[in-house]
Amino acid sequence: MARTKITISELQRLAERVLKIAKANRLDGAEVDAGADTDALTRFANNTIHQNVAEETLAISFRAIIDGRTARATTNKTDDESLRRVVQAATSLAKNQPKNPDLLPLLGKQKYQKVSRFFSSTADTTPQDRAKAVAKICKHAAKHKQTAAGIFVSGSSQSIFANSKGLFAHYEQTRAEFSITILETDSSGWAKANSPDIRQIDPIELAESASEKSAKSRKPRELAPGHYVTILEPAAVLDLMGFLFFDFSGTALEDKRSCLTGRMGQKLFGENITVWDDAYHPLQTGFPYDGEGEPRQKVLLIDRGLAKNVVYARATAKRMKAKPTGHGFSLPNDFGEAPMNIVFAGGYKSVDDMIRSTEHGVLVTRLWYIREVDPFSKIVTGMTRDGTFLVENGKIAGGIRNFRFNQSIIEMLANVEMLGPAVRSAGEEAFEMVVPAMKVRDFHFSEVTKF
Amino acid sequence: MMQEIAGWALETAKRRGASYADARVMDIRHRDISTKNGEVGTLSESESLGIGVRVIANGSWGFASTDRLTREAVQACAAEAVAIAKASSLAKTEDVALAPEAAYVDVWQNPYLKDPFRIPVERQIDLLLAADKEMRSVKGVTVAEGSMSFRRIDQLFVSSIGSSIHQTKVQSGAGIVALSFSGNELQKRSYPNSFGGQHMLRGYELVEELDLVGNAQRVAEECVALHSAAQCPQGQSTIILDSSQLGLQIHESVGHPIELDRVLGMEANFAGMSFLTTDKLRKLKYGSDIVNVVADARLEHGPGLGTFAYDDEGVPAQCIPVISNGLFTGYLSSRETAPAIGEKRSGGTVRCESWNRLPMIRMTNISINPGTWKYEDLIADTDDAIYMETNRSWSIDDRRYHFQFSTEIGWEIKGGKKGRMIKNPSYSGITTEFWNSCDAICSRDYWTLWGTPNCGKGQPMQTMGTGHGASPARFRNVKIGVAFSK
Repeated sequence: MARTKITISELQRLAERVLKIAKANRLDGAEVDAGADTDALTRFANNTIHQNVAEETLAISFRAIIDGRTARATTNKTDDESLRRVVQAATSLAKNQPKNPDLLPLLGKQKYQKVSRFFSSTADTTPQDRAKAVAKICKHAAKHKQTAAGIFVSGSSQSIFANSKGLFAHYEQTRAEFSITILETDSSGWAKANSPDIRQIDPIELAESASEKSAKSRKPRELAPGHYVTILEPAAVLDLMGFLFFDFSGTALEDKRSCLTGRMGQKLFGENITVWDDAYHPLQTGFPYDGEGEPRQKVLLIDRGLAKNVVYARATAKRMKAKPTGHGFSLPNDFGEAPMNIVFAGGYKSVDDMIRSTEHGVLVTRLWYIREVDPFSKIVTGMTRDGTFLVENGKIAGGIRNFRFNQSIIEMLANVEMLGPAVRSAGEEAFEMVVPAMKVRDFHFSEVTKF
Repeated sequence: MMQEIAGWALETAKRRGASYADARVMDIRHRDISTKNGEVGTLSESESLGIGVRVIANGSWGFASTDRLTREAVQACAAEAVAIAKASSLAKTEDVALAPEAAYVDVWQNPYLKDPFRIPVERQIDLLLAADKEMRSVKGVTVAEGSMSFRRIDQLFVSSIGSSIHQTKVQSGAGIVALSFSGNELQKRSYPNSFGGQHMLRGYELVEELDLVGNAQRVAEECVALHSAAQCPQGQSTIILDSSQLGLQIHESVGHPIELDRVLGMEANFAGMSFLTTDKLRKLKYGSDIVNVVADARLEHGPGLGTFAYDDEGVPAQCIPVISNGLFTGYLSSRETAPAIGEKRSGGTVRCESWNRLPMIRMTNISINPGTWKYEDLIADTDDAIYMETNRSWSIDDRRYHFQFSTEIGWEIKGGKKGRMIKNPSYSGITTEFWNSCDAICSRDYWTLWGTPNCGKGQPMQTMGTGHGASPARFRNVKIGVAFSK
């Protein structure tokens, strides 16, 4: 009694059925975004599996355009009556609103760059595969008198995007993720990796890294708050950067809610900071088209410290006399667009190089509960977590109690002294990016907690 | 139909070897509307129907879900849940044991006056656009936003111990926001609360009572005025928190630390753990003597986002004393975790976001009981303080000791009078030190049951609505202004 997965051709037939119903409703435009996901997650804590879940979900999202108005309705029911209802709901919502002067006609047929992000090795992973790996790690942790907690994830997505002007796009992707926290009485260590190809993830290696961090941070001492030379591992950099790049959006500039308002073309960051949005980078994942079917472009966002470009959805581009870059969200929405495939240029120094070159500083594995304090100077606050160390005379001198930081991201990116190679990194506060480890001066730790 | 679908799942799970099984069939409908600067932003409806099956087999948990509701697909889903449970047992240290619970057969719906889905969308948009127009009539406002969201959850819970519980919940929410950019500063004011406004287990009558249009000009004017307000000073100070900010303070520094799954290490990799280790129960002085906090899911507490008749493992709603006269007295528990603290029964706090998510311990309505002070008397009794209103940012460490909050606006209190406006207010502290510094809480007349619709927890992530009743309260000797320190 094995479960069967929805295929791309089944999704295509569903989309065609919806467009056929829409045609009978004499709309000015009709758009269907149909997606099917299969996901499984094995969760462990206290050296045992305590949650183990699997899901299959379908979403058929329909957008109606009529007389300069648009609205969306979504269902996961596939019978004729439900499909008719979803078309009717979107049409009715669209009709009952004022005209939208920014609404553009649908895109016609497009050509998309091919991306290959579906791996059967990931899609075929079984609960037993995940449980065996977890069991091995839990035994290893128990043997070392440590406690393991984490997740092992595998899943896949299929998507069809089609409209009444003949645009048709499809995309499929797998995903795998392993995250582990190793705990001891007064210390902890963490590691995480994420890839479309499960063969790129080595749970044992990650567990060993977390275990080592936990062991090295035992008996943490309390360090006074202040400004420190700080080495941020890629996951820590990633989670901070998650709060910067939504500002690289035409709509955010128009709304004057971007930290780049009045600052485009200025050298806000250090000469060593260059950043693209690049959906086609080999370490990136995600769709080669945006929420309207516009092909994603590679966009240079920061060029050697200069705030160079932002991204544009179609309507934003028209208003701002720019070209659409293929970064729009599904319509209708309030926020327009955002870069979603951030890639830093990176450098050549390893974290060990950064440690060796530091006389007195702090090494951060991971950050937590980051929130924006000031949107224009881009001050964010948050905590260090699961492996924070004092570095003295080029060596790790031991664990320290976790700090709270209040730090401007803009100032931080102007204070980068060393960069590591950019790697695909996974954190908890931002979508995955290709980011380097960084050594920065004057990172502001404002307070310290009790552990 | 729901009953039949759930029955297929239970029957298959039992046949495949589950020692316990439950299933949730949920039909969820959303409507989301937003406006920005005189135009409609988001306008969407969605519906989602499916089943989640949770089992214990070989002494371990398994869970599977599907939205394909044919007999074959549901049976395959239940069979997969059992297969997953058996895989889980490859890494088990002991068998899962559940606290006993009676079987219930019941039907429940939250009371409401006006079905939000029957209100014409045109009327809802008109209301938001009217508030939008009022905000933009104030010079200096750069963005005006409004939003409404409505949710109906129709769900059937069945379990292998014989429960069959059908609950329907209708939830409404709305709010407005004004933004003003000037110089090198972006200021913000929201009404009635930030991050989506107020949300409750009520119908459209809630939105009408909020009077968004009547408050739009005031919040817009406050937003623009913030540019010329004094910066929040740094140092130690007395602070008074408005009820919405106190609601979020409760959420972060009481609600999360009392989740027993977190305490027992089950969230260690993601949401974190808790300083409230089990040895602290009925021993820790959590707050001052006037601090009394409850976790109350019952309708008599109010129509909060944490109100229900039964939780998502079939346990009736309860009121748990969390802090009693300052003493820590209770956790949020489940059937699996309650025995760890010697409880004979679950506290009934387990919920799931949707049919495709595993139920887990979630806050219900975590509320501070009202005190005795009139608001005017509290201000008159305060010599030197900052009154802080409407959350702007929030952050707390992964054991819930150290927090930092910023609010949208503050007011200086000098010599018992509310004086000049303060911008960028912030405060920080250690949870128990903060709650022990509380020396005044306003009375029931000033108490509001706030809704937090976006509480995230779990892997895969689940977003849940929680309720927090609070009235303005005063705290002594609190660190302020650190967020903007250099």
